[in-house]
Amino acid sequence: MKQALLAGIAFILFIAAAWAPQWLVFLLALALAKGLVVLGLLLLMRTGLVSFGQGLYFGLGAYAAALLAHRGGLADAALMIVAGPACAAAVAAILGLLLARYREIFFAMLSLAFSMILYGLLVKSSTLGSTDGFHVQVRQLAGLALAAGAERRVFFAVSVAIAFILTWVLHRYLASHWGRVSTAIRDNELRVEYLGASVYRVVYANYVIAAALAGLGGAFAALAVGHVDPETTYWTTSGEFVFIAILGGTGNVAAPFLSAAIFEALRTVAAQYAPNVWQMALGVAMLAIIMFLPGGLWTLVRKRAS
Amino acid sequence: MAAVLFDGIVYSSWLFLMAAGLTLIYGVMRILNIAHGSLYALGAYTAATLGGAWIAAGYAPAGTFAMLAAAMLLVGAVMGPLIERGLLKWMYGKDEIVLLLITYAVFLILEDVIKLVWGVESKMLPEPYALPGNFQIGTLVYPVYNLVLIAVAVVTGAALSWALYATRQGKLLLAVIHDREMSAAMGINVDRVYLITFTLGAMLAGLGGALTAPMIAVSPGIGVEVIVLSFAVVVIGGLGSLGGAALGALMVGIVRSVAVRYWPEGELFIVFFVMALVLIARPKGLFSAPEARKI
Repeated sequence: MKQALLAGIAFILFIAAAWAPQWLVFLLALALAKGLVVLGLLLLMRTGLVSFGQGLYFGLGAYAAALLAHRGGLADAALMIVAGPACAAAVAAILGLLLARYREIFFAMLSLAFSMILYGLLVKSSTLGSTDGFHVQVRQLAGLALAAGAERRVFFAVSVAIAFILTWVLHRYLASHWGRVSTAIRDNELRVEYLGASVYRVVYANYVIAAALAGLGGAFAALAVGHVDPETTYWTTSGEFVFIAILGGTGNVAAPFLSAAIFEALRTVAAQYAPNVWQMALGVAMLAIIMFLPGGLWTLVRKRAS
Repeated sequence: MAAVLFDGIVYSSWLFLMAAGLTLIYGVMRILNIAHGSLYALGAYTAATLGGAWIAAGYAPAGTFAMLAAAMLLVGAVMGPLIERGLLKWMYGKDEIVLLLITYAVFLILEDVIKLVWGVESKMLPEPYALPGNFQIGTLVYPVYNLVLIAVAVVTGAALSWALYATRQGKLLLAVIHDREMSAAMGINVDRVYLITFTLGAMLAGLGGALTAPMIAVSPGIGVEVIVLSFAVVVIGGLGSLGGAALGALMVGIVRSVAVRYWPEGELFIVFFVMALVLIARPKGLFSAPEARKI
């Protein structure tokens, strides 16, 4: 039943990739990219950690992918999709050694500091277009040239396929030994240590996985938007990811995508009709969720199902 | 070199005003208040509006300094109790990270409130900046206003430490910082301490904003960068420590002004780089007491 539903959603998204109007493809592609970042955040939250710096890996992924096309002369989407998460994971493998020792507010603040370091560098680097960033144009996927106008649709279809596979993998991971230890760490870290599991190693692994997912999201976002700028690493972008994660809740691996889609759709509407109260609406929604629906929107889905 | 140092100290003074409020609120209430940046922006807008009205009414321009003080009091007295009594009061006991998210929500709301009240055009209040005239260090000319900023920061710091360590109220506050439940059990009105602390913190943010208003064009979004900078300062110093905030402000201020002089590209980078280094060496900041782990 569940599998059928998911397959149905995937099918609809593939149809959308082929026939939906350009703006809808753009919206969905961006929602999917952000959903991937938030999927990583979900994993961290399951471990009891909230990162206010996922923008670091989102931006790294976007820039790594974009630079490959812009400077490396390798304007191939398949390579970019690999480069984004690889670069993010490599950086996370180093920073994670350190961050895995931090918890709560200090984890949030140190991850924020690292993302702001990258922001500070990008903003001032004139070769990378400083605050304006630069454009990326890619019309090639794994050696195949794509027709003008169709490339975004193809990229979106690819991202749907990859996102589905990764979401399923993460679902399996959460149900596995390490996944269950993660939740135990959130509940009581000291007891987990007493039971003989290495908290440090699990936190480290989850941190790197989350970063890779954020890097992949960044690469997809660069492909979808066709532009990268330092704003991707700013703390407000990281805050947006945290918002989407809270909105969806950590109840299910599908929640980040649902929530990201709602977020992007509302943003599109708000940008049109009420640009000056958009943030206020976000803030009020966030307070309402924290107060009345601590499990996020997913609790509503679950209630209906049961 | 003296000029770089002076710039650094001026910048530190401003940072300290922002960080003192933030660290005070965290120390007492365990809330890392992201909305601090919005309170700063509110202070700047209120100051610009009040000062502008004062000038428009044709009174002596020197009175704009009184308007800056009025802006600080207004922001503290209105926003402090409003946020604490209206919202935070209902949230105590939640995780620190949830409280952080709540203040993030407040920050988002206030950002738009500011746009709705003051519009998106920038506001100016140049009078207090130009009025006290200039002075010279070597061949460089500086506005006296910078000295005012330093003086305010020093006086605020001294007044805060006097109030904290030498008065009865301050000692009650320190008791709450040390152990909230025990203080409540000993008969301290913790609710009131929270209200006073948050109001004081809001007032300090308002003061920071009001003093900045004459130096910049007050426009939407000014609180966004301020908040991460003040975070860096308090985290370097150790959350909840007033002395730490002062030291953190000095470090960040001077490091930044050295960077601006010799390596302008690194201006923002260096601040957070220092923060990361400090956190790596001392995970809870420079002035932090060890805490017992609870099982």
